[in-house]
Amino acid sequence: MPKRASVLEVRGLSKRFAAGGAIRRSRVHAVEDVSFTLEPGRITALAGESGSGKSTVARLLVRLYEPTSGSVVFDGRDIARERRRRAILAYRSQVQMIFQDPFGSLNPVKTIRHHIERPLRIHKLAHGDQVEARVLELLERVGLVPPEQIADKYPHEVSGGQRQRVAIARALAVEPSVVIADEPISMLDVSIRIGILNLMRDLKEQQGLSFLYVTHDLASARYVADDLLVMYAGHIVEQGPVDQVLTEPLHPYTELLLASVPDAHAAERERIEIHRGGQTAAVDPKPGCRFSDRCPIAIDVCRSVTPPLVTARPGHAARCHVTAPSSELREERDVQPVR
Amino acid sequence: MTTMVPSPASASRAGDAHPLVSVEQLVVEYVTPARTVRAVDGVSLTVGRGEIVGLAGESGCGKSTLANAVMQVLHAPAKLAGGRVVFDGEDMVGKSTEELRKFRWRNVSMVFQSAMNALNPVMRVGEQFVDMMHAHERISKRHALARAGDLLELVGIDRGRLRSYPHQLSGGMRQRVIIAMALALEPELVIMDEPTTALDVVVQREILQQVRDLQAELGFAVLFITHDLSLLLELAHRVAIMYAGEIVESAPAAELNRQPRHPYTAGLIESFPPLRGPLERLSGIGGAPPDLSAPPSGCRFHPRCPHCRPEDAVLYRRQTTERPILREISPSHQVACHLVEGAA
Repeated sequence: MPKRASVLEVRGLSKRFAAGGAIRRSRVHAVEDVSFTLEPGRITALAGESGSGKSTVARLLVRLYEPTSGSVVFDGRDIARERRRRAILAYRSQVQMIFQDPFGSLNPVKTIRHHIERPLRIHKLAHGDQVEARVLELLERVGLVPPEQIADKYPHEVSGGQRQRVAIARALAVEPSVVIADEPISMLDVSIRIGILNLMRDLKEQQGLSFLYVTHDLASARYVADDLLVMYAGHIVEQGPVDQVLTEPLHPYTELLLASVPDAHAAERERIEIHRGGQTAAVDPKPGCRFSDRCPIAIDVCRSVTPPLVTARPGHAARCHVTAPSSELREERDVQPVR
Repeated sequence: MTTMVPSPASASRAGDAHPLVSVEQLVVEYVTPARTVRAVDGVSLTVGRGEIVGLAGESGCGKSTLANAVMQVLHAPAKLAGGRVVFDGEDMVGKSTEELRKFRWRNVSMVFQSAMNALNPVMRVGEQFVDMMHAHERISKRHALARAGDLLELVGIDRGRLRSYPHQLSGGMRQRVIIAMALALEPELVIMDEPTTALDVVVQREILQQVRDLQAELGFAVLFITHDLSLLLELAHRVAIMYAGEIVESAPAAELNRQPRHPYTAGLIESFPPLRGPLERLSGIGGAPPDLSAPPSGCRFHPRCPHCRPEDAVLYRRQTTERPILREISPSHQVACHLVEGAA
């Protein structure tokens, strides 16, 4: 028996935004029916293109948005609907977020020491002399050495990679069990990205931290994550162990993404056929698969019925009528084969 | 410091006697009262006819400044402080504004990263094509529009889109419109500065496929600039690696990928985790790119170089005090590294 089965569980999460003016109102289904679990000591990558809803999921998890429906369950409580200040503060110390822009998330007129001290004081995690010792310990843990010197610097005096490490140290200050990292490396120089990914791996292994790594980059997801969620137009279209999803993708969208990534290691690259569709599949969606108008293997049912997330292989699920048909559809098809 | 060697080893190997573009010992400085930053420091680079040359480097290494210098669109505080840009045998430095205006678009055109925002928001796409063509040649509006339609179809956009306003197009479509415009006057060289960086990976793939097809069909040369080395290794014929204002290595893409000789190139390749095949823990490159207002002495990469250790006193002194020169190690492969020189 594992001592704690799961840390954070997302169930049927949806978020809609109103868009447009008074005359032509539309609803953007930014996130729809998203479910997954973040387990201790595992990194889950949430991959998708811009507008797929991946950042909205991250924001929902840290309560920057309120969900339209669904729940975020942490320690047996639905935190999305929590109103008590104390419970919210407790949740915030358990689930921390790191943002894309390490400059925008640090105060330019405060030293790095100030940034790390603040959460310690707000959450009353250290007092008196302990504070300084803890600041230095945290800086050292994220690879900012010598910590005494770094602590006195201002954000503009350190490099982009170091700033992101400061943001990570600040997140770790409250001893969270879950860290939501929203594109943490996409604004960093190429040569220092690996360092941040390695730090995430180390924190996972040494401290059993759980990460949600939000990214548009499948190669970095493969490098750092254990599990992969692929989002398209607000839906999770595929999920499973990262290596399995990337070597044997079920969903045609995952395949398209994979074929699109520049890969110097690939031998002669074949031309891929790209179907363009309405780019705003999440705006006032009609029933049916949101990828169907771009999909090379779509069948009739794809345009009328939204495919459910079906577990087609152990631990590996997809929303696709063709590659991961639900049991009813499979039966139906046996009787009446679709061309 | 810039006049080290009169004729650099990086002279053209791209094909025939004189390359389409030859940048020779180029120096570009950003001059402000407080300080002078030398963003491009003695760079030599050639692009042959019909060749796709990739230029890779991290932010602030000077790659965009180099592109602007080739296009002759440097603005204050940037200024050309030395070297030549020779286009088809003709030195472009010191040309009059009018001569340069003709040179741009007709001979060289450029696609920027944020080019999709360069379209005028209150003008239809078609009119913008007409405007651009009118600036360069006598052509009736009807003919210009017809040609603009052909160009749009060339980049995979329906010609009916000529009547669209930019905001009615997606980011990828706008970027393709810009590429179509860049090709309008059939230039011999198209400079693309991070043309796909702001786009999603599927759209990027689509545009790259189109660029390659068009290039094969029309035969223009491309100078493609990006921080994404894996993209270049796939797309370009030849790749030059830039670090801290200098070119540190240049080789055919396949060779560079298989056998990088400069530790920075090797580190940069190592910084892209593979999408397929075995996966090992990577180390990337320690430290951060230097501040160009006070670049490190000797080899500019030495503070981050895994092969620079004080234990090897003789080599260490060279690495920290002597600037390595870009040398040929084979007719198509140049490296600026003391380690490689030592081995030769």
